[in-house]
Amino acid sequence: MTTADSALPPALATRRLQPSKSWSTRTFADVWAYRELLYFFIWRDVKVRYKQTALGAGWAIIQPLMTMVVFTVFFGHLARMPSDGLPYPVFSLAALVPWTYFAAALGNGSAALNGQQHIISKVYFPRLIIPLAAVMAPLIDFAIAFVILILLMAWYHIVPGAAIVWLPLLMLLAVATAAAVSVWLSALSVRYRDVRYVVPFGVQIWLFATPVAYPASLVPARWRAAYGLNPMAGVIEGFRWALVGGPSPGLMTLVSAAAVVVLFVAGSVYFRKCEGTFADII
Amino acid sequence: MAPPVIHAERLGKRYIIGHRRRASTARDALAGAASRMVLAIRRGGFEPRTTDELWAVKDLSFDIAAGEIVGLIGRNGAGKSTLLKILSQITEPTAGYVDVTGRIGSLLEVGTGFHEDLTGRENTYLNGAILGMGKAEIDRKFDEIVAFAEVERFIDTPVKHYSSGMYMRLAFAVAAHLETEILVVDEVLAVGDAQFQKKCLGKIDDVARGGRTVLFVTHNMAIVQRLATTAILLDQGRLVNAGPVRAIVAEYLAGAAGARYEAATRTGLPQFLLAELVDADGSRIAAPLSTDAFGFRMRYVIPQHHPGLKVGIGLLAADGTTVFTTNTADVSLQLPAAAQEYDATVIVPPDTLLAGDYHIALCIWDAGDIYDLKEPALSFAVEPGPSVIYGGHDRKGFVHVACSWTVGTSSAVPV
Repeated sequence: MTTADSALPPALATRRLQPSKSWSTRTFADVWAYRELLYFFIWRDVKVRYKQTALGAGWAIIQPLMTMVVFTVFFGHLARMPSDGLPYPVFSLAALVPWTYFAAALGNGSAALNGQQHIISKVYFPRLIIPLAAVMAPLIDFAIAFVILILLMAWYHIVPGAAIVWLPLLMLLAVATAAAVSVWLSALSVRYRDVRYVVPFGVQIWLFATPVAYPASLVPARWRAAYGLNPMAGVIEGFRWALVGGPSPGLMTLVSAAAVVVLFVAGSVYFRKCEGTFADII
Repeated sequence: MAPPVIHAERLGKRYIIGHRRRASTARDALAGAASRMVLAIRRGGFEPRTTDELWAVKDLSFDIAAGEIVGLIGRNGAGKSTLLKILSQITEPTAGYVDVTGRIGSLLEVGTGFHEDLTGRENTYLNGAILGMGKAEIDRKFDEIVAFAEVERFIDTPVKHYSSGMYMRLAFAVAAHLETEILVVDEVLAVGDAQFQKKCLGKIDDVARGGRTVLFVTHNMAIVQRLATTAILLDQGRLVNAGPVRAIVAEYLAGAAGARYEAATRTGLPQFLLAELVDADGSRIAAPLSTDAFGFRMRYVIPQHHPGLKVGIGLLAADGTTVFTTNTADVSLQLPAAAQEYDATVIVPPDTLLAGDYHIALCIWDAGDIYDLKEPALSFAVEPGPSVIYGGHDRKGFVHVACSWTVGTSSAVPV
């Protein structure tokens, strides 16, 4: 047989299995070699989710839409929250669509290793694939919700400007943020079971620390770059700017991107350090 | 000898056991760190942490050549499964290293990652990918896998509607079609029905004939002897010996049991509690004479009412060859079904066994399952008795069969 179509290393390569010393570039080379498995895990999560839920795709729409209605009534009308000159429903939904993705991805990703313990204790593959696949599966729901957002924009006759070309990069930043945090939390949750109680609570706090219901322009200008240290602040402000024409997030999004890179690399190092013993404690 | 495909050098795996291992929480970790700190300040130095260590395997050094079929043998807790887990990269060694040339596939994980809501087709792809196959490879083998599993008609049905037999067959078919240079098999020979076990054995045979390297764990000495070319004997994580299968199996059997067996734990199933060597009058003995009748007394327990049980023994020669087996059903003995402890005695007639070393395997089973199998349970020597016919130890064979002979002058018929 040929090994070209297999994820396993070439036939006659010799590998040395020994106590892991430190992180190496092999971490990502391994993930790359197993990229088809990454695809299959995402595919499985999506399939299973749509087979098991009665409303299926409906959930992807209901969640951000209901939140938007509640936000519009309470923050938009009653609290008269400023919305950078945009109709409040568009203002909040443009933030809720990426935020809903992020919250789902983080929930999935942080619990992923514990949910897959039967596989981890039986077969080898780079474990990093598990949280990575878990944060990518909710992208399908995101795509569906995104269509609703476009329809709402059409209703308000809002046409995106040239900044829309940045949208894919901003979405990538959202995925990277979810991945970076999930890599940390999933590895920690193998050792410390209380992580799973922290996550829903943390996501809630994080929502209020992120300009979803309010604009980042409420934050004093000189603090705005530092506000970008919350990576989702950069993502959400960037999203509004690229899609519905909010103010440019400028430096804030760059700070967010830098923060995510640091968080992700550090998380991968930690993950890699724990990886070899997951099967022993899980 | 071919160059080794597996070369282990002082390989070790340590587990930390104790209260901190499983149910640990971040709060405990913080509290623990804080209290150690306080203690350290009070005493002016850190104390070494008091945790229990367990070396599941230690200082293992061995080579396995390409094309060898290796049986890993040893008692429970000898480290066999841990070694397979290290080799298949599920867990990292704590010390030493092992060089592996070629890809390792394993039948440890039959059905791993099967999702009950997905169809047979979907699970085949998912499971194949988990085991390390690419999509193109699965595409190519798909029809073969489905045919092997005999589930063609149900391939687009969710596997939760499969019978357990179909499920197992499909799972095994996927794993069996992973073509790697090295295959590791952990005790799958002990699960599933007879049909399934036969398929596993057949697969190992196939793989062996294909020139690939196989490592497998089993407690069944007959299977080791039938399939393996070499064996590795482990005891409490250490390598006792490695070499040709017959010699290693003999060494294992010799060290594994004494003249008396006593169960270490209660399983809650029908099981043997005690077994010992007795003479024809039922008194305990250490070594019978070849000219005397002797037997085995077994105490077994039936924890719940259980009709249809059978008790049997297998008598094994020193190298593990089964000399004969006998059981209660042979003599149409119906065992009492009530929950209680029983003593069974089986007597071997005089002048049956030749002098030599032997082992006894014990088994208790019914039509469906084996509840307790101890192989070997007892080891003993038969001493040469005062017989003009069978003298020393050098006689070939195991048993005396009372054959008749006639000799006469040849009738010298010219050809």
